[in-house]
Amino acid sequence: MSNVKKFMYINNKAPYGTIYAWESLEVVLIGAAFDQDVSLMFTGDGVYQLMKGQDTKEVGIKNFSPTYAALGDYDINKIYVEKESLDARGLTVDDLMHLVWEDEDEDWAEKDSIKVVTSAELAEILDQQDVVLSF
Amino acid sequence: MAAIEFEGKSYEVDEEGYLLDLNQWVPGLADIMAKDEDAVLTDAHWEVINFLREYYEEYQIAPAVRVLTKAIGKKLGKDKGNSKYLYELFPYGPGKQACKYAGLPKPTGCV
Repeated sequence: MSNVKKFMYINNKAPYGTIYAWESLEVVLIGAAFDQDVSLMFTGDGVYQLMKGQDTKEVGIKNFSPTYAALGDYDINKIYVEKESLDARGLTVDDLMHLVWEDEDEDWAEKDSIKVVTSAELAEILDQQDVVLSF
Repeated sequence: MAAIEFEGKSYEVDEEGYLLDLNQWVPGLADIMAKDEDAVLTDAHWEVINFLREYYEEYQIAPAVRVLTKAIGKKLGKDKGNSKYLYELFPYGPGKQACKYAGLPKPTGCV
């Protein structure tokens, strides 16, 4: 299909101080209905959106982090996390939720969705996109 | 604000009939909502409704129809994981109608 475009959603903000993270996730899920080639990228404080064990009880906001686990169902399996952003915050991929997708062509084998990449690699990935949306 | 009266309690719904507070949901509400749309809920309907509630519990969203269809197929078998089967049960759209009966918000990305 020639009308499939490459969409990249950049997530650069902490999950609960503003509405950006949730809005981004909603746009991603809505956009997934249009069968585009979707990638997500998490940089800066945006990496906190993918943290394990989020608990929002004290701030009185819905904890929407379980929704990231549904991305695989929506065929969204290219989730890039910037290595430098993790390093700067003392985090590793083990601090993040384990997001997977199931490959229908390989008898529903579970595969990791999250890829940790350097900012140089991210720049290359960004360069290949048709549409970049920043949240 | 519109409301559904059931067993002496009042349940607020939005202008399209979706329950405002999903924690209030009781199975009896689904039967009332269905009756309002001239539908009678069978075990086959309940299978989908219960599946949607479990999906919401786990992921905090109501799945898009495409995702629902695939997931139902995986869980309940290929003969149920197709749009023909689901539309026969929920002619107004499996996402929209079944989510309403399940007390969930309208699915994200539902047009």
